[in-house]
Parts: sequence; C-alpha cells; structure tokens
Amino acid sequence: MQSQTEELVMTAETNTQPKGHSIDMAAMGRESKKLSLENEPLALTVNDLRLSYGEKEALHGVNMRIPKKRVTAFIGPSGCGKSTLLRCFNRMNDLVDGCNITGEILLDNQNIYEKGVDVAELRRRVGMVFQKPNPFPKSIYENVAYGLRIQGVKKKRVIDEAVEWALRSAALWDEVKDRLHESALGMSGGQQQRLVIARTIAVKPEVLLLDEPASALDPISTLKIEELIHELKNDFTIVIVTHNMQQAARVSDYTAFMYMGDLIEFGDTDQLFTNPQEKQTEDYITGRYG
Amino acid sequence: MDLTKDAHSHHISQQFNEELEMVRNHLLEMGGLVERQVGDAIKALIEADSELASKVKANDERINQMELDIDEECQRIIARRQPAASDLRLIIAASKAVNDLERIGDESAKIARLAIQLCEHGESPRGYVEIRHIGDRVRRMTQEALTAFARLDVDTALQVAHEDKDVDMEYESAMRELVTFMMEDPRSIKRVMNVIWSLRALERIGDHARNIAEDVIYLVKGKDVRHISLAEMQRHVEDDS
Repeated sequence: MQSQTEELVMTAETNTQPKGHSIDMAAMGRESKKLSLENEPLALTVNDLRLSYGEKEALHGVNMRIPKKRVTAFIGPSGCGKSTLLRCFNRMNDLVDGCNITGEILLDNQNIYEKGVDVAELRRRVGMVFQKPNPFPKSIYENVAYGLRIQGVKKKRVIDEAVEWALRSAALWDEVKDRLHESALGMSGGQQQRLVIARTIAVKPEVLLLDEPASALDPISTLKIEELIHELKNDFTIVIVTHNMQQAARVSDYTAFMYMGDLIEFGDTDQLFTNPQEKQTEDYITGRYG
Repeated sequence: MDLTKDAHSHHISQQFNEELEMVRNHLLEMGGLVERQVGDAIKALIEADSELASKVKANDERINQMELDIDEECQRIIARRQPAASDLRLIIAASKAVNDLERIGDESAKIARLAIQLCEHGESPRGYVEIRHIGDRVRRMTQEALTAFARLDVDTALQVAHEDKDVDMEYESAMRELVTFMMEDPRSIKRVMNVIWSLRALERIGDHARNIAEDVIYLVKGKDVRHISLAEMQRHVEDDS
C-alpha cells in the first residue's frame, strides 16, 4: 500500500511520472452487487461465546455468523479479543492454562466444543496461519507434504499432485518448482508465508484462519498475500485478523469490529467502511479518540 | 449514526484534523464568493449596470482556480490518508459540491454577459419581475445549501430541495408568459430571448444548489438521495438508523 500511495502522491505533485497502475486485481474483480448476510450459507456460527483467562473475562458473550466462502475480517484495537476469538475456531485456546470457555461454536451445525470432538481432525478442517512465517526446517516439498504424511498418505504420486496443487493455489509454484527439495528456510519472508499457506491448504481444510498474515511482510509481498486471499475464497472460508484497516477494507467481504471483548458491529465491508452504524466503529476506522 | 458539527476535529492525528478543516474552510470561502457572484449578476442585469457585470465576469477566473485548488487538496487527502466513513464522505461531498459551486459561478458569469448585451440593446422591462423574484430565491437557496454544509444541517438541506421544486414551477410559468409575449410582439424576440437565457441560468443555479443540499444529506446520513422523489428524500432524512 505504501508504495502505491507514494506513487500516487508523486503523480499528484510532480506530474512527471506515468500513472501508476494498481496491482490490486482483487479490488477489480470484486462483485459490485450488494452482499446480504441473510442469504449466505454459514460456515461458522458463534453463540454466546464467553472466554476468560483465569479471573479476567476476555470475550463477553459474542454472537456471530461467518458466511461460507467469503472473507471475513476482524478489526479492533489491541486487546479487543479478535485474536482470542479467532483462536477459538480451532480450539487453540485449549492449550492456554486457566482458559475457560462457555457458549458454542458450530461448524456445519456441530458444536466444536462438544465432548468427544477430535481436535486434531478439527484443526485439519480449520487451518491456521500466524503472523510470523513458521516453515519447518525441511525442504519446500516436505513442508507441504507434511500434513498428508501425518494423515497416512503414502503414495508418492498422490503426494506429488497435492504438493503441486497446493503450491499453485498459493501462487508459489512458478517461483519454487525448480528447487522443491531445497530448504524452506532459504526463502524470503513473503515466500515463506505463502509456503505456510500452501502447507495449510494441502490438507483441504474448510476454513482458513489468518492471524495478521501480512504484518511482517513488505508491501509487495503483502499485496501478493492479499491477491492470494482473493483467489482462495473460491474454495475456502477465510477469517482474517488484521491491524491494517486498509487491508481489511481491501480483502474482506464482511468486517467485524470488536472492542474490549464485545462484538460492536458486523456487516458488509463496503457499508462498514463508508457508513458505519456505531459511533465506536466510526471513531476507530477514522482514527479518532472516542 | 448522525454526524455532529465538530466530528472532523477529533482525530488522533492533529494534522489530519487541520487538513479536513482546511478543505471545509476553503469550500465555504469559495461558496461565499459564488453567492456574491449570483447576487451581483442579478443586480447588474436588473439595474443595467455593465460595470458590475464586467466585474462578475472577471471574478469567475478566481472561482475556477478555487475549484482546482480544493480538488487538489481532496486528491492529496485521499492519496495520503485513505479516509474512511464520515471522513471519506466529507471529501467526496466537498469534491462534488465544489463542482456545483463552479457551475453556479459559470451561470452567474453567463447572466453577467447577458446583462452586458441587454445594456447595449436598451431597456426591456418585460420579464424583469420574474428575474428579480427567481433570482432572489436561487441566491437564497445557494446560501442555505452552504449553511447546511457548514452546520451539517439536513433539515435546511431538505428545505433547499423543496424550494428547487418551486423554482422549477415558477420558471415554467415565466417561460409561458414570455413566449406569449414574443408571439404578440415579434420585434421584441431578440431582447426577450436574452431574458429567457437569464432565467434559464437562474433555474440551473437552483438545480446546483439542490445538488449541494443532496451532498450534505449524503455527508451527514450516509445515504445517496440523488434521483429520488422529495417524499423519499424526506424519509431518509427523518430515518434515524
């Protein structure tokens, strides 16, 4: 975004540069028709979700419906609970000591917090990518094949195909096809993050959770990730947490604004960024103090 | 959620506050000048004051320059700040209002040119009552539209839209009367045509004032009220969601 902005400013001020053309293809392809949550099939339904870390309650009864094969962005100031909520979707909070959760999250009408849910299987169905790229210290190929091997897939041909499909889907294939067996740690940060996304989608999850996936990357890598998100929503439901509001505005179909453990506003991204209904949302997205 | 008057001065970035305030101030300054142009053009026409008419023509240059300057400010803010929500609506509304103000300026200059021609042709009292009446009205509408912008006052904006409808009707009836007059006295056609052009320019000023009023409603309510009936517009304004 930064480089685009600079280009625009230069064009406006000096008028000597040729007009910069936008790299953001995602925005061009975006459907112009208005979205309506009522008509969307749902991927995840959150009912009265309360979460506390010890004495401190971090989520105060959140209700939310996340539509299938759409990009939903969570925005809000630090500590508002957006990452906590995201981590609830594949039960990452189970690993935190003293964490207590009530309420339910339905994935295809099944409560993921019910007794007897296979958490490993849940995490296959709901994959997650973190802020810092975390490839395994293995080859590029083995990173992507990892999930399949865990699942017990043995046939080389099946794994080869899955690896190629995942790398192509993550828009990485052309860059790495000649060095699949080199270490993943030799890749750039942006490539590593796309590799992690490839690793996550290789096991064909239904939902992809992205926790600040581009905040450690340079502007060009960021745009590539954003373009990738736009491509991936054809196959996956995507939920993204981001501190970068312009990014939320660029990539998402729906946006949720959270504040101090409450969901303040949830709606069509176009609507939320041009005419939010709640004053707290308005103050946050326009950079005002409340 | 309705917008309040001081809403644009609460950003964490003080510099952003100042930039938005600057756009608003420049717009209102341009509005003040345009409003005076309308008044002066009408006065020049009715009082056959060709000196005043020349002044109006000369001032139009300044208005054009103001349009360019404010548009550039808006572009810069969009490029550097990526405004959202009410900030974005302020920039969009300002950019459109500036365009309408410039057009009002053009119409005033047109009236001034016609005033000079009418001075040369000699007195023609026919149609001056209508010019005075409609001219007064559209000048007031321009003023009210700008007041609505300054105070983010949707009720005043709605009133401007209502007045525009009245002006349109008065324009139609004046037109009928002048056409009848020309049929009765074909020798006056040339002069009366100039009066008709002037009335037409005034009617257009009313339309532009209404556009600015619609921008104000968009800015405050976040609703696009162009191309809908007055009744629907009223519903949007009264709707509190």
